[in-house]
Amino acid sequence: MRIPCPYCGLRDAHEFAYLGDATVKRPDPAAPGAEDAFHDYVYLRDNPAGAHKELWYHGSGCRSWVVVARDTRTHAIAGAELAREVTP
Amino acid sequence: MSRLPSGGRIDRSRPVSFSFDGNSYQGFAGDTLASALLANGVRLMGRSFKYHRPRGVFSAGSEEPNALVELRTGARREPNTRATTVELFDGLSAQSQNRWPSLAFDLLSVNGALSPFLSAGFYYKTFMWPAAFWEKLYEPVIRRAAGLGRAAEENDPDTYEKAHTFCDVLVIGAGAAGLTAALSAARSGARVILADEDFALGGRLLSEQHPIDGAPAASFVAKAEAELASLPNVRIMTRTTVFGVYDSGTYGALERVSDHVAVPASFMPRQRMWKIVAKQAVLAAGAFDRPIVFGGNDRPGVMSAQALRTYAVRYGVAAGNMAVLFANNDYAWSAALDAAEAGVRLAAIIDVRREVAAPLQARAKALGIRLILGGEVVATSGKILSSVIVRSGGREETIAAEVLAISGGTTPNLHLTSHFGSRPTYDESLAAFLPGTPPAGLAVAGAAAGRFALGETLRHGAQLGASAATAAGFAAAPMAAPRAEDTPSGISAFWQVKGTRGLAFVDFQNDVTAKDVALAHREGYRSVELLKRYTTLGMATDQGKNSNMAGLAIMAELTGQGIGATGTTLFRPPYSPVAIGAIAGHHRGKDFRPTRPTPTHQWAEERGAVFVEAGQWLRAQYFPQPGEKDWLESVMREVKATRSSVGLIDVSTFGKIDVQGPDAAAFLDRVYINTFSTLAVGKARYGVMLREDGMVMDDGTTARLAPEHFIMTTTTANAAKVFQHLEFCLQVLWPELDVQLASVSEQWAQISISGPKSRDVLAKVVDAPLDVSNEALPYMGVAQGTVMGGTKARIFRLSFAGELGYEIAVPARHGEALTRALMAAGAPFGITPYGTEALGVMRIEKGHVSGNELNGQTTARDLGLGRMASTKKDFVGRVMAGRAGLIEPDRPILAGFRPVDPSKRLRAGAHFIAIGAEGTLENDEGYMSSTAFSPALGTWIGLGFIKHGPERWGQRVRAYDPVRGEDVEVEVCDPAFVDPKGERLRV
Ligand SMILES: [Zn+2]
Repeated sequence: MRIPCPYCGLRDAHEFAYLGDATVKRPDPAAPGAEDAFHDYVYLRDNPAGAHKELWYHGSGCRSWVVVARDTRTHAIAGAELAREVTP
Repeated sequence: MSRLPSGGRIDRSRPVSFSFDGNSYQGFAGDTLASALLANGVRLMGRSFKYHRPRGVFSAGSEEPNALVELRTGARREPNTRATTVELFDGLSAQSQNRWPSLAFDLLSVNGALSPFLSAGFYYKTFMWPAAFWEKLYEPVIRRAAGLGRAAEENDPDTYEKAHTFCDVLVIGAGAAGLTAALSAARSGARVILADEDFALGGRLLSEQHPIDGAPAASFVAKAEAELASLPNVRIMTRTTVFGVYDSGTYGALERVSDHVAVPASFMPRQRMWKIVAKQAVLAAGAFDRPIVFGGNDRPGVMSAQALRTYAVRYGVAAGNMAVLFANNDYAWSAALDAAEAGVRLAAIIDVRREVAAPLQARAKALGIRLILGGEVVATSGKILSSVIVRSGGREETIAAEVLAISGGTTPNLHLTSHFGSRPTYDESLAAFLPGTPPAGLAVAGAAAGRFALGETLRHGAQLGASAATAAGFAAAPMAAPRAEDTPSGISAFWQVKGTRGLAFVDFQNDVTAKDVALAHREGYRSVELLKRYTTLGMATDQGKNSNMAGLAIMAELTGQGIGATGTTLFRPPYSPVAIGAIAGHHRGKDFRPTRPTPTHQWAEERGAVFVEAGQWLRAQYFPQPGEKDWLESVMREVKATRSSVGLIDVSTFGKIDVQGPDAAAFLDRVYINTFSTLAVGKARYGVMLREDGMVMDDGTTARLAPEHFIMTTTTANAAKVFQHLEFCLQVLWPELDVQLASVSEQWAQISISGPKSRDVLAKVVDAPLDVSNEALPYMGVAQGTVMGGTKARIFRLSFAGELGYEIAVPARHGEALTRALMAAGAPFGITPYGTEALGVMRIEKGHVSGNELNGQTTARDLGLGRMASTKKDFVGRVMAGRAGLIEPDRPILAGFRPVDPSKRLRAGAHFIAIGAEGTLENDEGYMSSTAFSPALGTWIGLGFIKHGPERWGQRVRAYDPVRGEDVEVEVCDPAFVDPKGERLRV
């Protein structure tokens, strides 16, 4: 698999570390019910067969966290953006 | 001898000597082990997996299910190699496997008589008996009875390589379609790789007798090969199996570089694993002949019709004295007739069909071959085939034959097309599965696509080779395909002879019979995936290449569903077995992962250090002195010297992260449980960081070098993980913070000196005006300046060992010089280098937590660090650390432990149980995490987690260790055994 890093271009997936679901957002720790919200944030993940947005870390490259749109069945990658420029 | 007087693509001027089961034989260059054995009249080559049935060779290719042998001897012994793909070399030594005491007389063939008990699902049914039977009875018996050869018992002396390459068009298979595909693509200028598992190009053209462009097929192959070899944009890879298709046009291939020689040449690998990235690919893997199911169809001498021809035409070998053919299709006739014309004596052709194309019948009659149309083989006899029993017109007759060539039709070799989950579809007219939707960028040409006729195969390859090159961006046109006659192609689907005698095999390699398939049907395992797992049909190393079709056809007949609706199981990589050695490549032994020596490695080696692996690092574990009897004695000396005078250790392996920016302090407040924004410039502070789930991730000290500049240290083990986590926090959680991170772990060497004399030593190496007095550089102070006459340095006054101590950081290249300078300066004080063992003893004496305590399951509260957590701010892990289960009063908390009887040893892993209580899970109160013999106390001491730890100092419990059979009474105490008030740190 090759991932199009927005900085480095198309690079082998071995240069990246995988984290997972990029659609979850760290909850407001001061909001009421924060503990339940954090529980969901930390533990609950969808595992779709098909289109997915995932966080990959280009650890052996530019060290960017990248949001990758990948089809989990075929590894086809529809696009990649820098995480710092994405609002989940 | 069965070698034909002439013919074959072997070099009769180059005889090759080899041995099989200790007997010496001779073949020729160009032979495989299988062809050479047949040439020497050896027809019994192995014993089957389950029933130990005698078996001969069935095929002439990599799909071979029967003729598996052990190759070579000693450290190079390799089990389960297929005799059909082993190139003969001088001195080759092969042994049959799966037999005892000998191949000809195998006592375990009694398994065959037990076949009613070893039927489908026996793995599942039998082993439901008492579990105790497993170790004593089943496993040893089954291991002896059902095996697949012996692996070498010594280390493999050969090397394996990994390599990457790129091309525009990858052509898989160099037969008729592959050659025209490669030529059509290559002539456009595209970079072409042509890969074939065989050692010669040509595929079926090496065995078939049809002329191409009016000349023998061999001359077309020679011309094509010459042209391809002359083109600089073409790479021909023989002995190379493309075994897997992966995403983004990536293909896995195994090149058998030295398998065809006894010992690899100097500096040459045995095998090479290729990762080929291709813009486009053409799969031209051909097709193979499949068996028919009838009683005794596994007897040595029964082989595929295509194999009979290949041995005759390509290798100049008659597989036996007298042959008969049993088939349902025209290709089998062509194959057998080609063999007959090459010199094989063909007695009869038995075909289940009553109508067969007239030209084939005429050709057979011209050769004087008897035709039995509408006939069936119902049984075979002889330990090695001597005759076949044929039924036709309601009568049976026996025909003497040493070879029974069989063919139930042609199966396209579409394995690679389903590696991406695409299901093959059934074609009624061809009685074969055809590729479904192949992976993007892969086109299927020729026989692999069900286009079996030679002329069509040549044209199809040319067409797809050109379109692949076009898709890769080249102006390509199909070559003018050479002309070849399209021979008759009739087939009438036929899978199984009814009313036969003897075991009728569907899967030769796993000994699955037609009865097993029927049993699976009766017991409800009717889907092909269940059929496969219940009977093990198709689960052997040939992955059902020979057996799948008949197995699912029989199931389809039983269910009445039809073959198309029954479907087929999917194929997965690898296409044929790949040795673990090739997958590992050079990543083995010490080269499994990189080794990171510390800046003082060479110095430590000179001092005779014993090293220990810490992740990828090699760290000095201890420095034995002459006369010391064991490691403990060395470690005790190192600890005592440090506590009484001064000791030195390299701590460069700690992670070091440079944190800079206007928001650096605010950022650290969010990732540490305690506060860093209040830290003064020139000071360091111990910090603890959590994962978002509330567990401790790491700890270490972070110093403030300037208002917007911090230097963080992490544990050795977590350096990379913490850095990745911090980048995650900055880029994903809080991109609004203006902070930059840089890992500087490898840029700075860091040497720690500890002990009451450490300041005196340090003072001798620092340059003026750097002042290291207690007033100028107090505990947890940080100073910057130079050492050794001008080397930039940072000095941190802190100590993991719990003594007056300093860590001196210098650019990594000066680390060794600094160490030598400190050793020289410390000589008057008897400065003593120590290793990780002594450091471990001293940190336990001091009650400092380390890897055994930071085990991913402990909170800051568990570690006795709960009060460090700020309540005035949020930080990663704060919310989840407050969960009810993590703050409940009964959760074990860190404490110290010492044995009531001072002579007793403590061990990590023991669990705490109340005195008098039973050692059960319900009575478990916690566990010991670290232990050491303490020179300061003269006894063993330990750190551990126990319910209500801090409130129980002075109480006694048992450290119960049923694994080691130990049960020691211990007293709970302050985890800081030495200097609990920290006075030594501040002197
Ligand atoms: Zn990058």
